Amino acid sequence: MDHAPTRAMSAPAGTPVGLSQGSHTRGGVGESTLRPDGTLKVTGEFAYASDLWHEDMLWGCTLRSPHAHAEIRSIDVSEALAQPGVHAVLTYDDLPCEVRHYGLEIQDTPALAQGRVRYHGEPVALVAADHPETARRAAAKIRVDYAELPVVTDEASATAEDAPLLHPGREDHHAGHVPHPNIVHRQPIIRGDVAAARERADVIVTGEYEVGMQDQAFLGPESGLAVPAEDGGVDLYIATQWLHSDLRQIAPVLGLPEEKVRMTLSGVGGAFGGREDLSMQIHACLLALRTGRPVKMVYNRFESFFGHVHRHPAKLHYEHGATRDGKITHMACRIVLDGGAYASSSPAVVGNASSLSAGPYVIDNVDIEAIALYTNNPPCGAMRGFGAVQACFAYEAQMDRLAAELDMDPVEFRQLNAMSQGAVMPTGQEVDAPAPVAELLRRVKAMPMPPEKQWEAAGEAVDVRELPGGLSNTTHGEGVVRGVGYAVGIKNVGFSEGFDDYSTARVRLEVVGGEPVAVVHTAMAEVGQGGITVHAQIARTELGVARVIIDPADTRVGSAGSTSASRQTYVTGGAVKHTCEAVREKVLELGRARFGTYHPAWATAELLLEGGKVVTDGGEVLADLAEVLQDEAVDIEREWRHRPTVAFDRHTGQGDGHVQYSFAAHRAVVEVDTELGMVKVIELACAQDVGKAVNPLSVAGQIQGGTTQGLGLALMEEIVVDPETAKVRNPSFTDYLIPTILDTPSIPVDVLELADEHAPYGLRGVGEAPTLSSTPAVVAAIRQATGLALNRVPVRPEHLTGT
Amino acid sequence: MDFLRPASWEEALAAKAEHPTAVPIAGGTDVMVEINFDHRRPEYLLDLNRIGELSEWEVGADGGTVRLGASVSYTRIMEQLRDRLPGLALAAHTVGSPQIRNRGSVGGNLGAASPAGDAHPALLSAGAEVEVESVRGTRLIPVEEFYTGVKRNALQPDELIRRVHIKTADGPQQFSKVGTRNAMVIAVCAFGLALHPRTRTVKTGIGSAAPTPVRAAVAEDFLNAALDEGGFWDSGKRITPSIAQKFAELCSAACNPIDDVRGSAKYRRHAVGIMARRTLGWAWESYRDGGTSKGEAQCA
Repeated sequence: MDHAPTRAMSAPAGTPVGLSQGSHTRGGVGESTLRPDGTLKVTGEFAYASDLWHEDMLWGCTLRSPHAHAEIRSIDVSEALAQPGVHAVLTYDDLPCEVRHYGLEIQDTPALAQGRVRYHGEPVALVAADHPETARRAAAKIRVDYAELPVVTDEASATAEDAPLLHPGREDHHAGHVPHPNIVHRQPIIRGDVAAARERADVIVTGEYEVGMQDQAFLGPESGLAVPAEDGGVDLYIATQWLHSDLRQIAPVLGLPEEKVRMTLSGVGGAFGGREDLSMQIHACLLALRTGRPVKMVYNRFESFFGHVHRHPAKLHYEHGATRDGKITHMACRIVLDGGAYASSSPAVVGNASSLSAGPYVIDNVDIEAIALYTNNPPCGAMRGFGAVQACFAYEAQMDRLAAELDMDPVEFRQLNAMSQGAVMPTGQEVDAPAPVAELLRRVKAMPMPPEKQWEAAGEAVDVRELPGGLSNTTHGEGVVRGVGYAVGIKNVGFSEGFDDYSTARVRLEVVGGEPVAVVHTAMAEVGQGGITVHAQIARTELGVARVIIDPADTRVGSAGSTSASRQTYVTGGAVKHTCEAVREKVLELGRARFGTYHPAWATAELLLEGGKVVTDGGEVLADLAEVLQDEAVDIEREWRHRPTVAFDRHTGQGDGHVQYSFAAHRAVVEVDTELGMVKVIELACAQDVGKAVNPLSVAGQIQGGTTQGLGLALMEEIVVDPETAKVRNPSFTDYLIPTILDTPSIPVDVLELADEHAPYGLRGVGEAPTLSSTPAVVAAIRQATGLALNRVPVRPEHLTGT
Repeated sequence: MDFLRPASWEEALAAKAEHPTAVPIAGGTDVMVEINFDHRRPEYLLDLNRIGELSEWEVGADGGTVRLGASVSYTRIMEQLRDRLPGLALAAHTVGSPQIRNRGSVGGNLGAASPAGDAHPALLSAGAEVEVESVRGTRLIPVEEFYTGVKRNALQPDELIRRVHIKTADGPQQFSKVGTRNAMVIAVCAFGLALHPRTRTVKTGIGSAAPTPVRAAVAEDFLNAALDEGGFWDSGKRITPSIAQKFAELCSAACNPIDDVRGSAKYRRHAVGIMARRTLGWAWESYRDGGTSKGEAQCA
């Protein structure tokens, strides 16, 4: 292979100096060691899954439905098959075994459409050909006879009495508990007495809020290479978020035992939740097994918009009450999430949206309901923030309105109601780790304000780059008003509701060329989050070696769980730490056996591995690791679990459902051109508690990235679905806009490190929390500038100009 | 798909005559997107990149016209033609990203004739003629007559765009564009305005708010009459708010926009009015100051 997908990535040898935060081994936990993939990505040399290549490979192509809902009367593939260069055309009828559906939680998704398509872009047929263009031409020659069916696109149409059912005869574990078969899952949470609290409230604020359908917009489109093997199995090189979850879904549809589907992670160009569901994995394997040839599939940008789930659009109704002195009395809310045509992770998103719907506030009386719908809209599932983003937009708008009703400062009002360690969630779960909500707000508020009117440099012409519209030259200051807004959010870390959320790590310590080397092998998907760097840091700290090799992620080692839910540093990092500790024990055992009689400290002192040596806690060197290990390699694979969670009660929502909570606060400063409705975010300051910054540079990167993704949702990112036809109207980066560097403000970051004693190194997952509060902070700032209600994101120029 | 690579302009014309369905390609910033997204599948692509003269510009003998080769990149327009063609240079700044500006050209904007092309309002307000040629001969088409419909232009099937003759600025020019982010965005709508003190006229160009790029003719007539009657050109006094407002309203009225995924028709009409009022104000400030006003935006 040209771009060998199995090439090991070695951690960088040269690590920055002067960043050490107490670790004795350089490049350990707490240092900003550099990412091995960073320079390659910036210079365009990184090999992504779309760069995979194999001798004699064919190209796969997907034929997708042009309709959002239709019966498939017939499919005629003869003309496509007859085209020279075409090696296979597959439809539902060609699926090899009885298992023909897959799904993360509910197996409701057909590998290829069976008699019916339920959303615009659903896969209907596959082609393998010797050239991608040939495959596309052939796919266009497949004749599908569709009879269009009426679509359901919102709660009213989906739950109408005569609504067409997306999945008649449901047998999943939620089916018996939902009020309508087009509701995937419903989670109520009841605590306290809302009716009584309402009586005590001096002010009551109600609001309707709406969040548009955001896309992950990762830059590397879905791609992979399936290579048929001599044993009848298949080797799949793939960009994904969770190898073993893919494996569990792929193997049954292929009719193969899991050990015959060998998966290796390929270069992943971002994920943000969008690779948690399968895309082309089964398709490429089916084509490879059918043709006996390696098959590569790469979506283009257009297809990518149909090839992965999006963030659930949501409609939220909220009611809050407060006493005159600013204490929140109660909260009642109803959150309707549109899950689209297939379940994906909708049930878990419902669990998050409901359990986090009160935000980081102490509210003793709550009446909460969240549902996810089945509709003919595009399927929605995991995306950074996972149900908490939608809720945060609504409850933070409510906080500002309550503060205004009470004539209080919005930050002080929040601080007055902020939770802290020991607070009880609506689910009854105690927050048993630091929850510095008021402090985070204080920190963002205390940051210096960016100067006013930065476009006016003394004696110079107007610098339009500092104004809304930028170089589009729409204002030289006319109509421009500044606004400042605040928001804070709460996100869970790790998989919740009783899920067995474990990770596996294999660590090998041996002497190579006289030097001790640690090899870390996990199935963790490096999707850009920096996990590879973190694993090397942990191994250095725990084993006291300078050289660490990170083996490619594959299914030869146990599951590392998903790279999502802000969990990888916590859980797979925890597994690496745990396994390193086991390796260390084994090394010390070896040492005691070999040298114990030479020095009493082997038996009496606490021993550490540092700088390639065994040392006592007093610093005395007992032996070189090379002497201890000699020709022996210590090689251990271990699973590691965070503390267990339980499912939420189906009726009351009570239960210790979450592992850990993380908190971030933002202050947004915007300039709004009130006449044209254009917005420039000047600054988005963020304060976040990360427990322990394992890699401070990566932490800052996560915060800035999450902040920017939240800005995108506030101002521009939305998949527009036609409400009549349920068709996607903007499947391109021409019309699905994400922030460019010129839309990205300065993002000062204030990192707080209050250890969570339950987590490895006291760390807290960082990836998602900043995505939550960024959006409502930006919108709050625009509200302050304009005086408009703005109950929907993204905010469009039309909303700001009444046009 | 055949890829034709003429080595000279004459060969290109011959190829176009022989294969009238051939789609010319230079920077490829528009054509390649259409091909990659499978929106079109031309029988022939006619590559103009070997014809060096298309990437050259010169000033006409009288000094009053820039003869801009069809393939001169937006980057070079920004760097080399800011003084002579300030409106077009401002528009060039708003085209795509630096990479796109290195490849894209005015010839491409004209060939595609999308109402959202960034160059059009600047060409309309400055005054321009499109030089097109075929084996049958050469024609000069006033740019107003070049746009004939949504993504349609006045080219005959055997004709190619050779260059654009754009009047050298004789007064301040402005260009504004609204998009839903601050860079790299297709225009929701755009507005170009040029003062022509020599003829004492103001010309306009509206982008992305009608089936074709258009001038706001009624608004221009109103403004020209009002400026003339009020003696504004001589006195250099500030344009009164009521004149500016009326001009803005007439510019809005010149729009015939649609609702689409990028913006509503109502917003486009509204925004064109705002841009018309603002650009007029900036340009007039410059005129009053002899071109050194702060109204001139800095475009680094």
